[in-house]
Amino acid sequence: MPKYLLADIGSTYTKLTAVDLGKGDIIGTARHYTTVNTDVRIGYEKAFALLAEKTHVMEYDKVFASSSAAGGLKMAAIGLVEELTVEAAKRVCLGAGGKVNLVYSHHITKKDAESIRDGDIDIVLLAGGTDGGNEDCVLYNARMLGEAGVKIPVVYAGNRACQDQIQAIFKEYNIRGWICDNVMPRLNVLNIESARKVIQSIFMNNITEAKGIKKIETEFAEGIVPTPYAVLKAAELLSRGYADETGLGEIVVIDIGGATTDFYSVCSGMPKQANVFVHGLEEPFAKRTVEGDLGMRYSAPGIIKNLSDETIKKYREQGIDLLREAEFRHSRPAFLPRDERDEYVDSVLAKLCVDIATSRHVGTFSTVYTPLGVMHYQTGKDLSEVKYIVGTGGVIIYDRHAYDILKSALYDAGKPTELRPRKPAFLLDGDYLTSAMGLLGRHHPEIALRIMKKRFRKIVGNDYESAK
Amino acid sequence: MESIVIGVIGADVHAVGNRIIEFTLENAGYNVVNVGVLSTQEDFINAAIESNAKMILVSSLYGHGEIDCRGMREKCIESGLKDIILYVGGNIVVGKQDFFEVEKRFKAMGFDRVFPPGTPIEAVLPLIKEDLMNHA
Repeated sequence: MPKYLLADIGSTYTKLTAVDLGKGDIIGTARHYTTVNTDVRIGYEKAFALLAEKTHVMEYDKVFASSSAAGGLKMAAIGLVEELTVEAAKRVCLGAGGKVNLVYSHHITKKDAESIRDGDIDIVLLAGGTDGGNEDCVLYNARMLGEAGVKIPVVYAGNRACQDQIQAIFKEYNIRGWICDNVMPRLNVLNIESARKVIQSIFMNNITEAKGIKKIETEFAEGIVPTPYAVLKAAELLSRGYADETGLGEIVVIDIGGATTDFYSVCSGMPKQANVFVHGLEEPFAKRTVEGDLGMRYSAPGIIKNLSDETIKKYREQGIDLLREAEFRHSRPAFLPRDERDEYVDSVLAKLCVDIATSRHVGTFSTVYTPLGVMHYQTGKDLSEVKYIVGTGGVIIYDRHAYDILKSALYDAGKPTELRPRKPAFLLDGDYLTSAMGLLGRHHPEIALRIMKKRFRKIVGNDYESAK
Repeated sequence: MESIVIGVIGADVHAVGNRIIEFTLENAGYNVVNVGVLSTQEDFINAAIESNAKMILVSSLYGHGEIDCRGMREKCIESGLKDIILYVGGNIVVGKQDFFEVEKRFKAMGFDRVFPPGTPIEAVLPLIKEDLMNHA
């Protein structure tokens, strides 16, 4: 029976998952530190050897890989109006599995262009104007990138009417440029796919080399995709289902990492009640947001910056100095809890990550009193009827408080305007399979879906409670 | 094709007239960018920037137009749209007031043309054409 190997070359761990397609199940998983500073092949081969000990399989029919090594796919997004093409450009970057490190609106300055040139950026996404709309801004910004001597790939996804002129500017300044469809062809209409495909093909063909993973790319059946994209695809598959295998419906996936917290929602997010007007840019059905300031280790201090003095004081009264704990974890990215207290502090930080990331992802609701009666405004996605919240990522799957952590995403009477999930069930991806199933799902969606439905464990309480 | 931004400002949900305006302007050959009902000044302005529109046509039918429209010209200037043509029409003030006075107040606020209640959009078409021509 054919066997597939799915690899995720993360910034900390290289994780391998072996699947037997005949059995339609996992036959083993293994992980090893990613050796990105020397040669990623070493870590990959060590993980492979660990896996072989468990499975006694030495050869696979196909190997697929995703990667978030060396900071993942780092992008700069440029648009015109902040709520419109800038937001659309950001969503394209996030939907492609990237991280948006720099964001600019309107005309960029010389200094902005230099920050893009000298910053640690992999790809620039240049947008602005609806089709047939504003031309002056994108043309100006493309020239500014050229003048600054930007050498990294530039993807143009702005006003269609400017494509020829942009192409000419790319040529004039020797910019490695790509042209695709507008991210916002008409007002409030979002068009992700064209630019997403181009960004990912650039990632596969150009960027993986810079990340030191090109060397083992020949082992893989196809190009490496950014890990968050694989997770997004898995979430979409789990939600929608495939052929006769039904999906779970509206779901949320939360991945709390050391440096970021990723929040995925798969649902239309349209209003769940009458008299609601949806406002603003169209929302993607499968939406991802990344919080670069919320993480359990490297980004722990960022969590504290979001807290009020009262909250910090509340924890201090419990004997937890959040600021010190966060700094401690920031300087020790590989730290593992030593005792119950460490575990508890980790769970406090994780709850805060989930709470804040949820607030930033979900839509909001406001009431307007009009002469025709009470009406409501909705901006963003309504997640109130989401059926499942899936937890994944190292912190949550090894944490005994996983249930409490995921519960922090729920409706909160203190934040009445946020359209948070109200009564979901909770699932835990205890084997860390989500990104692997995203890779497998591209070729064998029915098997990937069945594995997720079988392996994701429903949790109804914390581990330490059920142990009692 | 010239772009015109239309919509209903403030806490106003009168959707039908807005739809008629969209239909009529589209038939007259304009690219209509409709921000819809319950729209803020920023919604109109942002749409005009992205679509490179030369005209914003604000509708208001619930009597609070004067409060909702205040400062709109200034915001346009701040946003780089100092020459944009601003129209407003509908039941734009509270109660039955002398329209001559109303028009004066809205013109002082920076609106180029002000239309009284019951003005059919067809009657406005020649003015739109003329103003857009002079603008270019």
